[in-house]
Amino acid sequence: MATPPAPSAPLLSAHRLAFSRNDEPVFGPLDFSLGSGETVLVEGDNGSGKTTLLRVLAGMLPPGDGEIRFDGQPSSRDSRNGRVLWLGHRSGMNESLSARENLGFLAGLYGTRAGMTAATAMERVGIDGWIDEPLRTLSAGQKKRVGLARLLLLPGDVWLLDEPYANLDRHGIELVNALIAEHCARGGAALVTSHGAVRFADPHARHIHLAT
Amino acid sequence: MVTAIHPLADSTPVAATTRPRSPGTLRACAALLRRDFMLAWRRRGELFLPLLYAVIVTALFPFALGPDPELLARIAGGVLLVIVVLAMLPALEAMFRADLEDGTLEQWLLAPQPLALLALTRVIAHWLTTVLPLIIVMPLLGALLNLPVKVLPVLIAALLLATPLLVLLGSVLSALTAGARRSGILLALMLLPLAVPVVIFAAGAIAAAQSGMPYLAPLTWLAAALVLAIVLAPLACAAALRIAVET
Repeated sequence: MATPPAPSAPLLSAHRLAFSRNDEPVFGPLDFSLGSGETVLVEGDNGSGKTTLLRVLAGMLPPGDGEIRFDGQPSSRDSRNGRVLWLGHRSGMNESLSARENLGFLAGLYGTRAGMTAATAMERVGIDGWIDEPLRTLSAGQKKRVGLARLLLLPGDVWLLDEPYANLDRHGIELVNALIAEHCARGGAALVTSHGAVRFADPHARHIHLAT
Repeated sequence: MVTAIHPLADSTPVAATTRPRSPGTLRACAALLRRDFMLAWRRRGELFLPLLYAVIVTALFPFALGPDPELLARIAGGVLLVIVVLAMLPALEAMFRADLEDGTLEQWLLAPQPLALLALTRVIAHWLTTVLPLIIVMPLLGALLNLPVKVLPVLIAALLLATPLLVLLGSVLSALTAGARRSGILLALMLLPLAVPVVIFAAGAIAAAQSGMPYLAPLTWLAAALVLAIVLAPLACAAALRIAVET
């Protein structure tokens, strides 16, 4: 509130961002920005550093070099403040609890998007019949859909999606593309990694190529 | 009354749609407590094991030492203290393991909540679900070992102060070793030197009560250490959790 973000500042931007592990460069230096309503696709082969890039952007790994900004403010816990939603290889949910219990807990941590409940989010991703089953009884694709329901329920506007298409059938892939499109239409932004096997819905989406 | 002064300040549509207010920290801690209790209830069989262990070990002592009531009364306080410390060790290791493996810790890290407070909440949930039952059965275990009735309240008071302290210290080590395979022995080895002073003060209070001397001083030392640990351990635990998620 003390420093209102400049209206022109992109939601997320990286300047000369690079990361090395044991003096071995993983990616970068990269320059890019992610504005409101934009989707950026991160492409690269296995081991090219896509996941590492997303983890650095989410603040789970410290950047080796360069700078990350949210709304023009240097990235910190305060400037991120729960706006980043992360969908990774690990579900981030407990297998012994049901989707309703897991989503309820995360809503307690993050808050919820206006007008969204765990039930409506599960309905949107098409598995509302499974809302009270323990997650371990769900298939890998269904668990992924619960992860998508989490994105819908929580209020973050910067989506960092690491291989969101993994384990999903054709309808699931279309669902991911539809959710990303809706999110961007609401003014959100998404950074999506893919190893290139899936054709991305938005032909105008910008691409970042990571070389091994 | 206060909200009526600026009726529109909080309800402007811009604030509501683009920047939803994150839920309060108290609400987040309550959500975490509720989740941990739910999980504990689903695995209540596992929670029963430390309790069973304590009862069995306590019941074996009179058999091993011979049914000499005076000998048992003399050693009962110290034996029960050590049994509780040993019974709570195995569960400490698993404090953050599952949450690291299924990615829940990643969600903790990105949440708009102070990580140290979430760690402290986890410590409280862990203590309530795995350690408190051990303290509740203390009168029964004391009876098995012919513990003098006047010592029992002091033993329980010492445990109420010493066990949260040990769980707080253990939470830091548990977070540090969460990523390591088979870290149980490592954690026990690292916790041992930290547990020794705690056990010494708790045993000091019990011994003093047993011989009719003032026992308040060692208890207040434990309380002071507990207050310090409540403030500092969650911060160290949060730092260790960040490292665990990084690797």
